[in-house]
Amino acid sequence: MTTGAKEPSWLCAACGIALERGMVEIAYMGSAFPVELQRCPRCGIVYIPEELALTRMAEAEKILEDK
Amino acid sequence: MEKQRLQELENQCIQECAPPCTAACPVHVDCRGLALFMARGDFAAAVKLLRKALPFPAVIGAVCDQPCCAYCNRGRVGGAIEMAALERAAARFGETAPPRISLLPSRGKSVAIVGSGLSGLTAAFDLRKKGYSVTVFEKDGRLGGSLREHAAGRLFPEIAEKDFSVIESMGIEVRLNTAADPRDLPGFDAVYAAPGAAPAHAFPAIDPLTYEAGTPGVFAGGSLLRGSGNYSPIFSVSDGRRAAVSIDRFLQGASLTASRTGEGSLGSCLYTKMDAVAPVPAPCVPAQGFTNEAAMQEGARCLQCQCLECVKVCTYLESFGGYPKKYVREIYNNLSIVMGVRQSNTLTNSCSLCGLCAEVCPNDLNMADVCSEARRTMVSQKRMPASAHDFALRDMAFANSDACAMALPAPGGTCSRLFFPGCQLAASAPDHVEKCYRLLQEKLGSDVGLLLRCCGAPADWAGRDDLLEQAIDEFGELHRSLGSPQLILACPSCSRVFKRLLPGLDSVSLWEILDRAGIAAPEAKAAGPVVCLHDPCSARHDDAVQESARQIAARLGCRLEELPFSRRMTACCSFGGLQWFANNKLARAGIGRRMRESTRDYLTYCSMCRDLFAGQGKRCLHMLDLLFEDDAPGRAGRACPTWSQRRDNRARLKRRLCAGIKEETMPETDGRPELIIAPDVQAVLEERFILTHDITRVIEHAEQTGRKLTRPGTDRFLAHHRVGSVTYWVEYTGTGSGPFTVHTAYSHRMEIRERADI
Ligand SMILES: [Zn+2]
Repeated sequence: MTTGAKEPSWLCAACGIALERGMVEIAYMGSAFPVELQRCPRCGIVYIPEELALTRMAEAEKILEDK
Repeated sequence: MEKQRLQELENQCIQECAPPCTAACPVHVDCRGLALFMARGDFAAAVKLLRKALPFPAVIGAVCDQPCCAYCNRGRVGGAIEMAALERAAARFGETAPPRISLLPSRGKSVAIVGSGLSGLTAAFDLRKKGYSVTVFEKDGRLGGSLREHAAGRLFPEIAEKDFSVIESMGIEVRLNTAADPRDLPGFDAVYAAPGAAPAHAFPAIDPLTYEAGTPGVFAGGSLLRGSGNYSPIFSVSDGRRAAVSIDRFLQGASLTASRTGEGSLGSCLYTKMDAVAPVPAPCVPAQGFTNEAAMQEGARCLQCQCLECVKVCTYLESFGGYPKKYVREIYNNLSIVMGVRQSNTLTNSCSLCGLCAEVCPNDLNMADVCSEARRTMVSQKRMPASAHDFALRDMAFANSDACAMALPAPGGTCSRLFFPGCQLAASAPDHVEKCYRLLQEKLGSDVGLLLRCCGAPADWAGRDDLLEQAIDEFGELHRSLGSPQLILACPSCSRVFKRLLPGLDSVSLWEILDRAGIAAPEAKAAGPVVCLHDPCSARHDDAVQESARQIAARLGCRLEELPFSRRMTACCSFGGLQWFANNKLARAGIGRRMRESTRDYLTYCSMCRDLFAGQGKRCLHMLDLLFEDDAPGRAGRACPTWSQRRDNRARLKRRLCAGIKEETMPETDGRPELIIAPDVQAVLEERFILTHDITRVIEHAEQTGRKLTRPGTDRFLAHHRVGSVTYWVEYTGTGSGPFTVHTAYSHRMEIRERADI
């Protein structure tokens, strides 16, 4: 799972700096795996776009639930 | 689920049983399949199908005595299908070249066949296929035996020549003009005697199951068995086939009697509903047989008998493309998977548990029992997908929390009757709960109490026995502390739960109480609307409640029309079994189908049914609307409250009752920031099962910690926060203590492990 190329330019409000791509660990149903997402390089806050949550994340959740 | 229980359930579904024609046919020709291919004009496929059961399809097509006819369901509506004529046409139009029959490798054993009638030739055909060398002895100068005389005028020589030519092409030795004594054929390993009708003393003891004829290795059958007056071509074929099975087993040293129950002419257990079948008269079959057009027409006249009664009435059963026998097996297999993908979780969780299938099933198979049991197993295996029922279970927990649950009189007091409106009536029409409570006190005396809670039905539907037990225990304790009063139930689902889990409980339906109390319509409502009464599926077997509902509605001025599916045959609104949450798309299709049963406004006595109909744009009244609303018809268009509003309604009802009746004020829990949510955004939240409460928690968290994203050049923020096992994202405008405008919200269940130090 990787985010698409065109991202809205969200900034981290706390640190005041632009998000960058980075590896983030995602966990569900006892499985954990790294995913490349936009995140604040300083405090680590992550951005998950709506479209990603509704499509690929939802599908991955279903697969893990049925595994 | 035990394997034996699985088999019992599977056997209750008769969809895979052979239709009556095939069962009656002693060689079980797939008549239904043949007719279907013929109707499509696929004659090649038709004859290929025939060859699975018949060695000589053209001959049988010309002479068959059609035992299927007497059992054909089409026989009652126009005349039985002309199956033999279809077979003959299939052979004629579908088989242009001689068939190639594949043979098993030689077994090094030989069989003699005495007599070349249909019985003898069928045995020769089958045994040669199995790899035996076969010799046929025929006393006349040509093949056919009794067939020739009995079918004279119907069996055209060219048909017989063509069909029987396969015998020599398979390498079967034929000795014409050769009489043989079946008991005196040295050099053969087995003998089948099928000399045609012979004096009864020829073989005094033929075993009707195995065709053994007294001497080991000697078998006999065909017209010999039936005598000269009872010639049957198709039973002769059957005899030959069954004798060949015996001979094969004999030569292999296997049991001659084991597992032979499916042979010969049988009864059918397939049910086919015939109510709506229009008669189509049977055609005349010309002496030379059907033309291909006529054959296609006759194929199309076949009813393609099958049951599917439950599938026809249930969107759920229809949507998975099968029928209960398949589903039961899939659900069982799903539970047995140790490693790998459980593909049938959705199948198990999508049933509304409404039980309509059992009502229409000839054998009362109830998918609700199957799915309910399977969900419990999934829960105990810790394999129930959390997403299926989480939202509903949280809603139930909220209904039973201090925010909503309450009893009047307060702990310490007792009452002789207790009104239990159910969590969804309080969520949908809290003022009606209050009015109804006062009405009951007015009619029955001030000794009526009130208990606001959830009965536990969502836990029951989710297969969560732990939560169900907890809800029932808590209820039981409260009920006892109130002096074990008689329970007055407004919701049929509560009624079902209590009847099942607290069978000794004294309870009565609100609708029966109101019916008996003789509530009359206020004069203004004298000429009420014409409505269709929707019986909630949980009231399916509650005839008294169904009747009371009709009485009350009539007395309140409604003119009632019955829906095609009502009372015992009623259809679920799609909330049942938590279908609405576990498979929302299917649920919407199901309620859409129910809504289209009539263009009239609906009237019901379950508030969840009422609200779901309204939410899908179907005008619908609750029975209490008739009682308490001045403009009842206008009330039918009332929107379905959102899930957030439902929670607020419950909580506010408790606060109001505490303030008004107990002269005691509840602490205000509403110190929350104001949210501005446009209707289109609200609709999205509802579809995604996101509560305003959850949105508030996200925004509060973001504003308190400063952890949020901002988009330069706009006033928008994006924040996320995990509430329970769900992460919610909210895009909003506003800061500090608000108000906040919500632009969108979404959620996921995966957990992000955010770290500052990567
Ligand atoms: Zn930051």
